[in-house]
Amino acid sequence: MPRRTDISSVLVIGSGPIVIGQAAEFDYSGTQACRVLRAEGLRVILVNSNPATIMTDPEFADATYIEPITPDVVESIIAKERPDAILPTLGGQTALNAAIALDEAGVLERYGVEMIGVNTASIHLAEDRQAFKEVVERCGAESARSVIAHSLDEVLAAADDLGYPLVVRPSFTMGGLGSGIAYDEGELRRIAGAGLHYSPTTEVLLEESILGWKEYELELMRDCADNVVVVCSIENVDPVGVHTGDSITVAPSLTLTDREYQRLRDIGIAVIREVGVDTGGCNIQFAIEPDTGRVVVIEMNPRVSRSSALASKATGFPIAKIAARLAIGYTLDEIPNDITGSTPASFEPSLDYVVVKVPRFAFEKFPSADATLTTTMKSVGEAMAMGRNFAEALGKAMRSIDRAGSVFHWQGPVPAGEELEKVLGTISTPTEGRLIAVQQALRSVGTEGGTTVEDVYARTGIDPWFLDQVVLINQVADEVATAPELGAELLRRAKRHGLSDAQVGSLRGLTEETVRQVRHALGLRPVYKTVDTCAAEFAAQTPYHYSSYDEETEVEPRDRPAVLILGSGPNRIGQGIEFDYSCVHAALALRGEYETVMVNCNPETVSTDYDTSDRLYFEPLTFEDVLEVYQAELAVGPVAGIIVQLGGQTPLSLARRLEAAGLPILGTPPAAIDAAEDRGEFGRVLGEAGLPAPAFGTVRTLEEATTVARHIGYPVLVRPSYVLGGRGMEIVYSDGQLAEYVERALQGAADAGHPGQIPPLLIDRFLDDAIELDVDALYDGTDLYLGGVMEHIEEAGIHSGDSACVLPPVTVSTSELERIRTSTEAIARGVGVRGLLNVQYALVSDVLYVLEANPRASRTVPFVAKATGVPLAKAAALVMAGHSIAELRDQGILPAEGDGGTLGLDAPIAVKEAVMPFKRFRTATGSVVDTVLGPEMRSTGEVMGFDTDFPSAFAKSQAAAFGGLPTSGRVFISVADRDKRAITFPVKRLAELGFEILATAGTAAVLRRNGITSRVVRKYSQGAGPDGEPTIVDLIVAGEVDMVVNTPSGQGARADGYEIRTATVSADKAIVTTVQQLAAAVQGIESLRSGSFGVRSLQDHTLELRAGGTDRPVPAS
Amino acid sequence: MTQTPALLVLEDGRTFTGQAYGATGSTVGEIVFNTGMTGYQETLTDPSYHRQIVVMTAPHIGNTGINDEDPESTRIWVAGYVVRDPAIRPSSWRSRRTLDAGLEAEGVVGISGIDTRALTRHLRERGVMRAGIFSGEALVDDAGRRRTDVELLDQVTAAAPMSGADLAGEVTVAEPYVVEPVRGPVSAAEPVATVVAIDLGIKSMTPQRLAERGVRTHVLPARATAEEVLALEPDGVFFSNGPGDPSAAVHEIGLLREVLDRRIPFFGICYGNQLLGRALGFGTYKLTYGHRGVNQPVLDRRTRKVEITAHNHGFAVDAPLDGETVAPFGDGRYGRVTVSHVALNDDVVEGLECLDLPAFSVQYHPEAAAGPHDAGYLFDRFVELMTTGTVPDRATGATGATTTEESTTDAPSH
Repeated sequence: MPRRTDISSVLVIGSGPIVIGQAAEFDYSGTQACRVLRAEGLRVILVNSNPATIMTDPEFADATYIEPITPDVVESIIAKERPDAILPTLGGQTALNAAIALDEAGVLERYGVEMIGVNTASIHLAEDRQAFKEVVERCGAESARSVIAHSLDEVLAAADDLGYPLVVRPSFTMGGLGSGIAYDEGELRRIAGAGLHYSPTTEVLLEESILGWKEYELELMRDCADNVVVVCSIENVDPVGVHTGDSITVAPSLTLTDREYQRLRDIGIAVIREVGVDTGGCNIQFAIEPDTGRVVVIEMNPRVSRSSALASKATGFPIAKIAARLAIGYTLDEIPNDITGSTPASFEPSLDYVVVKVPRFAFEKFPSADATLTTTMKSVGEAMAMGRNFAEALGKAMRSIDRAGSVFHWQGPVPAGEELEKVLGTISTPTEGRLIAVQQALRSVGTEGGTTVEDVYARTGIDPWFLDQVVLINQVADEVATAPELGAELLRRAKRHGLSDAQVGSLRGLTEETVRQVRHALGLRPVYKTVDTCAAEFAAQTPYHYSSYDEETEVEPRDRPAVLILGSGPNRIGQGIEFDYSCVHAALALRGEYETVMVNCNPETVSTDYDTSDRLYFEPLTFEDVLEVYQAELAVGPVAGIIVQLGGQTPLSLARRLEAAGLPILGTPPAAIDAAEDRGEFGRVLGEAGLPAPAFGTVRTLEEATTVARHIGYPVLVRPSYVLGGRGMEIVYSDGQLAEYVERALQGAADAGHPGQIPPLLIDRFLDDAIELDVDALYDGTDLYLGGVMEHIEEAGIHSGDSACVLPPVTVSTSELERIRTSTEAIARGVGVRGLLNVQYALVSDVLYVLEANPRASRTVPFVAKATGVPLAKAAALVMAGHSIAELRDQGILPAEGDGGTLGLDAPIAVKEAVMPFKRFRTATGSVVDTVLGPEMRSTGEVMGFDTDFPSAFAKSQAAAFGGLPTSGRVFISVADRDKRAITFPVKRLAELGFEILATAGTAAVLRRNGITSRVVRKYSQGAGPDGEPTIVDLIVAGEVDMVVNTPSGQGARADGYEIRTATVSADKAIVTTVQQLAAAVQGIESLRSGSFGVRSLQDHTLELRAGGTDRPVPAS
Repeated sequence: MTQTPALLVLEDGRTFTGQAYGATGSTVGEIVFNTGMTGYQETLTDPSYHRQIVVMTAPHIGNTGINDEDPESTRIWVAGYVVRDPAIRPSSWRSRRTLDAGLEAEGVVGISGIDTRALTRHLRERGVMRAGIFSGEALVDDAGRRRTDVELLDQVTAAAPMSGADLAGEVTVAEPYVVEPVRGPVSAAEPVATVVAIDLGIKSMTPQRLAERGVRTHVLPARATAEEVLALEPDGVFFSNGPGDPSAAVHEIGLLREVLDRRIPFFGICYGNQLLGRALGFGTYKLTYGHRGVNQPVLDRRTRKVEITAHNHGFAVDAPLDGETVAPFGDGRYGRVTVSHVALNDDVVEGLECLDLPAFSVQYHPEAAAGPHDAGYLFDRFVELMTTGTVPDRATGATGATTTEESTTDAPSH
């Protein structure tokens, strides 16, 4: 069936901000969909609140709405654009939920919009637990025995019947939010209580425990002619009990016979038909009882998912792209397989390699969180690797994680006796480092008193096949360690089992460099195989490569010079999709001139789409792996250079070694990058330019620290040098706090095996009450292009990644902007920048302090690009490749005149707001971790509110980031003493707007003296009153408070503040933790009360920027 | 793991060095690759692989060991086996022994640790060819010297090529046997039909699929005569898959024409499809590297639906793809024929349907062992043809997610 002719415009819904469980993979799927639909000649309308995405670049849709994905806003967009159809299956649960809401509200019918790709009936069948259970039964398959409950009483009754442990799953939540395993009634009350809250239908499913069973997933696609294919099978190394997003997974499944696999396939196909996913992809999860083979269907996602992104990258079968084409009427056999070019998409990929995915966690950001892995997803990113066997793929995937302690090691004696018991005791609890603990335990296999594979299997439920592979890796390591010499055969065997040069070196007491020299001298280098969907049955047209220590390489010769672009590796807090954005733009910008070669290991991203670059190497971003890719490419043609400044800290940290190894680094030289990081060096640059920086000192001992801190004067900002995302950064107010900090750093160093040493610590003056400004600029050696100036809404001290900010700045004068420009230019010149530069300033009274400068892509680049309508990342790549800013202005890539510092007074206002993951992280006792913002970055994503004035833009950003600001109701106020003066005006305004003000006694007294009536409520620490008067926490939990203003004070009311903030986050209510936020929130509330949001596309905003900004031309993109 | 060196020598002189796997020694045959990621046990025991050295493109082989339920015949048929990474030990609740031990017990010479992808790409570009695997003593001569590659190559080229080979006689059963309908809701007390299946290399799943549908199947040796077939008064005749060049199967083609002349409902699979083609007067030819895997898309031209199917064929029928054609044999005495199924990857004929006779066949494997069950409806078509005399439209859902598979789990293998 050819494509439908009755659809000429489609509204695509994105997934909003990056959150745990819904990340960059939906930018990948959405971008693919937008591309495909436009290529089909359809008008594409896109809504997504996330500015860091590629999909929201204006060139990917005809009308791009960076607006909150709420039913009201989407309805406004529908009313304005009148699309023929809405495609909600590529934007995760967010898009699906928005579409259901629109359908149920009759909006789709009212505007004659057809939902394509899925229908609400199917969504309900798939997501309603009971309905799905019946579906499974009708397909002749089994679900785990279960009971649906709508109240805590029903929950407890069901538990009597099913027994413990019990799995709790709320309906209609994503990423397993709110689900968990209860071993007793106490846990059940807690988990099910939260689950009932998170479920939009107040519904949880309780089911028999299938903990420890083998877990599998199938990715299926169905077209309108009822053809179904299974794109990929995925096997979880961690058995049932760990969310698949947190499991180490492998594709294809490795421990099923054909009969068992076909049984899963038959069930999968029957289920997709029965649920009625009309066109597109779905994901079905299965559990298999390891001793009997009993199969249970766990769940189904009737949409493109994280797993489908993984499956796409694992197989070369682009699920989202195909899903988009199926949605507009094509059948699978009408769509070509891009990879072969000669065969149709109606087939099932065959893999001649093994794919391993390893999750990346961020528990270090949430020290109080319980790090046990459960059915609620907690990882923030993932890395994928391919190899010609499991060991090779696993080794590559583990080193792709890019953090200390993420790979197998053989340090220290083989665990024995008590030490072994200790290790064995830990592995029955799934945690981030479990596989490494398993590997350590398995080192003792075959030794006296050592453990066995059977014992480890009994404790972990990890299939013995995988455990055997770990034993094999240990054996190979042992051979490497004990062989008289490191010969070619042995080294080849080590490399074929995934050992890095560094691992081999540590086993032999050699440096990584020496191992590499030996290896190269022996002629041992990886070859590069191709992901071709068909196990070499047909020739591949797309150079999508992975390395392996095998015999034949498939890298083709080329004539054009290549540019290698290093991606950013697994997403993590502080290094997310924003960096992928810049890498993708570099690839797109340089494609005309160069053969672009992407190196990355993150399966969620657009950069690892085989369509993005001319060549793709799915490889770990380590020195060894990058060097080999470079040399493989150098062997087939000229290499113009390598770009390391766009992917964040991961590639940047390789810059110096790559340069030393002779690789041509494009853009800012590594020495200049280091100069900006080195305080002494950078201080000289500032000194020469006459720019002030806050007083600071570098220290290595407590004595030095105390001296420096006293000299600077408290409060001070303390942090280890060389960090991204503010790791370990704290504001310290006293000698005592400083001593605690140094103590923790010493402990950390001891834990890392370096007792007595702490990394150099930086102590900075903390600028209270400063306005913090963030600048992204481009410098070519001659000219500066000021991309944009962002004013933080929070005061200095909150990490810039967690702070809301506004562009253009709303309280900065023209003369101050001019100073920012000259200062930025002086820094760019002084450091020697060629490309992007990010500078953070603090404006205190009349002094513009330079906080820090980073000569690389920052996480705000995509936000600036969207807010100003200029393709900043593309321009940066071209500057790095040698083009001048003047050239780019001539070519229309940059505006002919003016820049982000000369925006007109009527330029639209963009507010960026951070999205925090606190709800995902629970302490061991089950409460949410504290939500106070600080100098350490903890947000996972961001949204953008875009409008003509600040209040509306801010209100939009809040609506997009969470439930949004209230327009009426109750506000609870409890602030630190130092803030009590500053809140008077905004609180007064709230009272005038009709809000009921609740306050604790102290705050209420201040308010009363300022003429504001408030109702005094009991503190949490006071407990309930004599007549059962509730505490503020009780009121928040009961949903009776609509907004909470709580600024953290010193030590005193800490516990109270914590309980208040966590209860608010749990209840999904607005929370304000700084005075500046409160002022912005009040403005936002006023804007909301004056009417609903207006919507305007990015394309229209850009038109206005052109009209408003004197005679600026529209930048080409 | 054994570390005995082994050498794979291709007819065109390319060699691969690896380690011995399974038995040591030497073996020669036609080397082909199979892209299935599951089902090695079924593949090894599929008689169609007789005299072939099979290269598995999936890197890990042997992970689930060998069990007692999944073999497709009573022995391993492949002439040699090429894998990259043999399992250290199997992990499956049904496993009875390791694959390594299974191969060794049946004397199957294999090689592991070679770049199977490089080999596959080579075969894709050059076409399938003869090859030999040599390990252990087979690598040295009487004087104890390593035999030269030239000597080994001579041994490879001395082997008979696949073209022109009539191999059914080597794989077929010696004596007839009967497979009774599976007891259960699908079968009545009496069989719904009786089929004579000519064993040209039949897989045990085929009579099993018929049994699930209430059919009694008499499996007869390849040399069975028309009289022997007719004596059983079959409602239908079935020709199985099998090894060899269909142009050499003179006896079987003669038998098939007698069946067609009597208008006895006929169904053929794989080799059976090629023989129907030849019986109707079409040619057959050898594909460059064949179709071997479980992910092959085939279009059923009647329903316009795509099925994902299991393939194992090196030869194909040369028939006009479009429209109806009068079968060339015997001045058109078999009437009109249409190509019912086509491979979407390369437009190879995957099925034939007689429009004036109750006969049809497919080139691929609806019995699906190993492989997906999408094409199970073809057995329903055959039963319909026998019981009503008409070929029904494709029965939807006939591939039944569950009943089929469940009942086969404990199916007897002969």
